[in-house]
Amino acid sequence: MMEQNLLLTYLLVVLVAGSLLLLIFNREKEKLIKYFGLGVSLIVFILSLILYFNFDQQQEGFQFIHKFKWIESLNISYHVGIDGMSLLLIMLTAFITPLTLLSSWNGITKKIKEFTFFMLALELGMIGVFVSLDMFLFYIFWEAMLIPMYFIIGIWGGKRRIYASIKFFIYTMAGSLLMLIAIIWLAVYSSDLLGGFTTNLLELYKTGPTIERSLQGFMFLAFALSFAIKVPLFPFHTWLPDAHVEAPTAGSVILAGVLLKMGTYGFLRFNLPLFPQASIDFAGIISVLAVIGIIYGALVAMVQTDMKKLVAYSSVSHLGFVILGIFALNQEAVQGAVIQMINHGLSTGALFLLVGMIYERTHTRMIADYGGIAKIVPFFSFALLFTSLSSIGLPGLNGFVGEFLILVGSFKSSVLGSWWFTVFAATGVIFAAVYLLWMYKRVVFGTVTNPKMEELTDLNFREKLVLIPIFILIIWIGIYPSTFLNVSDKSSETIIKNVLQPQKMELRIDE
Amino acid sequence: MIDLIYLTVALPLLGFLFNGTIGAKLKKDKLSGILGSSVIGISFLIVVGAFFETLALPANERLNIVSLFTWLNVAGLDLSFSYQVDQLSLVMSLIVTGVGFVIHVYSIGYMQGDKAVWRFFAYLNLFIFAMMNLVLADNFLVMFLGWEGVGLCSYLLIGFWYDKDFEKSTTAAAGLKAFVVNRIGDFGFLLGMFLIYSTFGTLIFTDVFSRALSFNIPEYIFGLIAIFLFIGATGKSAQIPLYVWLPDAMAGPTPVSALIHAATMVTAGVYMVARCNIIYASAPSIMMVVAVIGVFTAFFAATIGLVQNDIKKVLAYSTVSQLGYMFLALGAGAFSAGIFHVMTHAFFKALLFLGAGSVIHSMHEEQDIRKYGGLKKYMPVTYGTFLVAAVAISGIPPLSGFFSKDEILWFSYVNIGIVFWIIGLITALFTAFYMFRLYFMTFEGKENFDHHKKHPHESPKVMTIPLIVLAILSAVGGFIGIPEIFSGEHGNLFHSWLAPIFKSAQIKLMSYSSHSHTEELLLMIISVLAAASAIWFARYVYLKNPQIATNTSKRFKGVYNFLLNKYFVDEVYDASVVNPIVKSSESFLWKICDNVFIDGLINWLAKQVENISANIKKLQTGVAQSYALVMVVGILIALFWIILSV
Repeated sequence: MMEQNLLLTYLLVVLVAGSLLLLIFNREKEKLIKYFGLGVSLIVFILSLILYFNFDQQQEGFQFIHKFKWIESLNISYHVGIDGMSLLLIMLTAFITPLTLLSSWNGITKKIKEFTFFMLALELGMIGVFVSLDMFLFYIFWEAMLIPMYFIIGIWGGKRRIYASIKFFIYTMAGSLLMLIAIIWLAVYSSDLLGGFTTNLLELYKTGPTIERSLQGFMFLAFALSFAIKVPLFPFHTWLPDAHVEAPTAGSVILAGVLLKMGTYGFLRFNLPLFPQASIDFAGIISVLAVIGIIYGALVAMVQTDMKKLVAYSSVSHLGFVILGIFALNQEAVQGAVIQMINHGLSTGALFLLVGMIYERTHTRMIADYGGIAKIVPFFSFALLFTSLSSIGLPGLNGFVGEFLILVGSFKSSVLGSWWFTVFAATGVIFAAVYLLWMYKRVVFGTVTNPKMEELTDLNFREKLVLIPIFILIIWIGIYPSTFLNVSDKSSETIIKNVLQPQKMELRIDE
Repeated sequence: MIDLIYLTVALPLLGFLFNGTIGAKLKKDKLSGILGSSVIGISFLIVVGAFFETLALPANERLNIVSLFTWLNVAGLDLSFSYQVDQLSLVMSLIVTGVGFVIHVYSIGYMQGDKAVWRFFAYLNLFIFAMMNLVLADNFLVMFLGWEGVGLCSYLLIGFWYDKDFEKSTTAAAGLKAFVVNRIGDFGFLLGMFLIYSTFGTLIFTDVFSRALSFNIPEYIFGLIAIFLFIGATGKSAQIPLYVWLPDAMAGPTPVSALIHAATMVTAGVYMVARCNIIYASAPSIMMVVAVIGVFTAFFAATIGLVQNDIKKVLAYSTVSQLGYMFLALGAGAFSAGIFHVMTHAFFKALLFLGAGSVIHSMHEEQDIRKYGGLKKYMPVTYGTFLVAAVAISGIPPLSGFFSKDEILWFSYVNIGIVFWIIGLITALFTAFYMFRLYFMTFEGKENFDHHKKHPHESPKVMTIPLIVLAILSAVGGFIGIPEIFSGEHGNLFHSWLAPIFKSAQIKLMSYSSHSHTEELLLMIISVLAAASAIWFARYVYLKNPQIATNTSKRFKGVYNFLLNKYFVDEVYDASVVNPIVKSSESFLWKICDNVFIDGLINWLAKQVENISANIKKLQTGVAQSYALVMVVGILIALFWIILSV
């Protein structure tokens, strides 16, 4: 019996308790609610730092494991634990959530209690997904996470919020139903081999690779579709621009910052280790879609007239890089993909924050309404440039590290076996400069044509407080990524090893 | 001092951070300028110290690596912020910090009165930071950091006056164009790095180059690496087909044009190819490509330069043309001749730009040379120093341009053939002609400006002293590279200093075929005569008989307009590349693929589901709790099914 570690459970308990406690608050006391929500999310962030400092980077496998029987008859456990990759994503979630709460301080004016509750519930769902080592538990969190997001878009969103939230819901629901079937299928299939039914992921890791090739393919696709929608991988991306545009700033930030990573995380955590043969079989096709997404997303982003939509399409492009990295299946590329998930969370998150901040002042997101604001709002202009450069992948900032590792890895990838993936993907680097700096030019440079812009006020202290921590990380990852890459080094190695040389493992349920 | 080389990177960075954060709050703009200049001055002194320290070392120990900390360490990649101090990087560092310092000082005067002097010096310092990373890097990745960093600074400085118009567009558009075109080049650079890493398993220069010599690698791999990197070079160093951004880059303040778009950044491509000399020497066919692109760019840009009327435009095309010479040298295998021309060109072209800046300043931002004339008596220092630079670039001995340009012509004749020499010679002739056309129309002849509106005057000392310094360098800078036929046993100092860097490449490339000294001397005389007659002809046309110029341009109106409009290359690019991509992205990818096809399919599916569910619509309550309930029930059903099936 492995030693139990309760740290992850504390993390979840704080969120459960925090969000439940919030419900008994008097809804009139808005300030108190805001501070309470922020406080809870900060405690979670501190806990995530404790996790970081107690995490053994040299150790393979999962750490901070806590497991107990939950549904005895089905052999379903509450089973949590993390490896380096999930640790990074937990830290990202715990880092982004307080910032989004702080950013919505004045932007959200109605139903503050519900909003704060949904945000905490969302964080619970997200962290739950990253810590679950039981497929059943994972699925619960995965689905539960949808609900608060659905409401955040549906209640606090823009004009077409209902359309957007339903589209979001249907899209992701369709994917997850398929995944549910696959989970059950896999567990049932494995029960014969293991001599008992289990949804323990670590056990299924042993049986998955033994599944015969074509069946593996089907199961792979069932999981993959669900994750591909979440990422989103071309051509399953059309929910994203709508959801982003209609979501309130906090929703967009969480959506881009963390929720999209669920898809890429899913590929790494489930598809690759469970179905190694199928992963190799489908690597080419998925990479083609990823590369199409990179270019397609960038080109469509380029011609957007709405800033938020532009940033949304840029996500399609950026996440394409992550997927390409994952399926290149070597250390450089997978490490690049992991760090790029973090990078995208920071850069795109910051872009959405900035668009939100300016939108709060002008109530327009149309690029054409702006122009020449550099003089009027210098800090905002600097911040937008800095964030754009990070997103463009300027060396010295975070985006470059991820893109470079992904591309250098995919170039030499033996699984992909062709340079062409990289050659096409690398054109995304050119287009990224076009769409972001072109937008920048039209919004910030030039002369003021819209008299309303003359009255703009620059970012206030609170807004700077939201952005500066992100900027520090952008530079940190840009010049000393080892702090983060070392965390996921072993987990990436393990994932790749399991795909390329699946170990024959003893098939029985460990107790 | 070698150990302190990292300070030459760190100090400009500090200057940037200082001016960038609290510069705006300084009471006196001068402080920004003084601080910005002094960090570069100190860096220059450190480089000088490192140079003499290296000079004192025996020739085979002149390579020192100074490491700071790890940047990227994943799998086989282990790259640090490490700086390589050797003969080549020292030459480049001396140019960057030396000329850089002079231009910083000049800018104190030039930018006086601007609204955001602090921002200007912040960017300028950031540029030196990036440029020093580029030239000192000991691996491709740090070089690329500098490479993109200088591009960023170029973008920021071209658009420095972001609310101004520039030609038919805006300065901001010119900046964007520069960045994007450079990115196209960077795309090539990236692919080059990927191929290097997958071939050699490292990106550290010394390892890559030693493995390039020892590994058994097919020539086409070298060729591909070379061509990828060269695409990067054509972007940064404004060669065909990616030169189009450089003329537009003149939208920036003139000191920027001098520093970034003439003396330093644009030579980065030359430096990079020279640094990778072993790779190029292993791919002779690509060297030929380099030479052809180089000589063709040199010629092509010179023809455009013949007819431009904007003082900075003439200099811009001249820069493109001179960079072409440098690539011709590289392609001909004369790596150190290429670097030598980088150096002399940095002196005289920076001087020409700063002189132009001085003129523009005193003519109240007028840039049209047809509205100048007779300025020599108003601004004697600017006039004198400009003349020195014009003579130097024209290749008249014993000024610096003569030595470097003649060497390039000679090596192209010897190594790759007389055709290159002839085109190079015609280009030299054009160069002397347009440069003196510029000179005569600006400083001599009758005054073509309105005396009531324009009051030309000499610039302040803070601007003229830099001009004098550069004039001295332009005049005598060539003496460190006197060819052997004149210097005899001492040999060519510049070449022997750089020789160890290019040794293996030279061995790989060729043994010099025997050419007599008389032949060398003869070619030299021809090129000097050509330049001299071009100057005489320019004087005849633009000073003595101005009507000849107007008559000629009228008679050959078609050709003239074709040149004046720069062969319509921008228009062709717009029509053939830019517009089709933008249009099809908008009208096809977005409005049809996304909105009609994909969304249409999804909506159709949703519609079908809706039709089916119309019957069970009553279940739809719109209450979140009931959805959650349904979900839980669904899961339970699923579980039930499992239990049954187990």
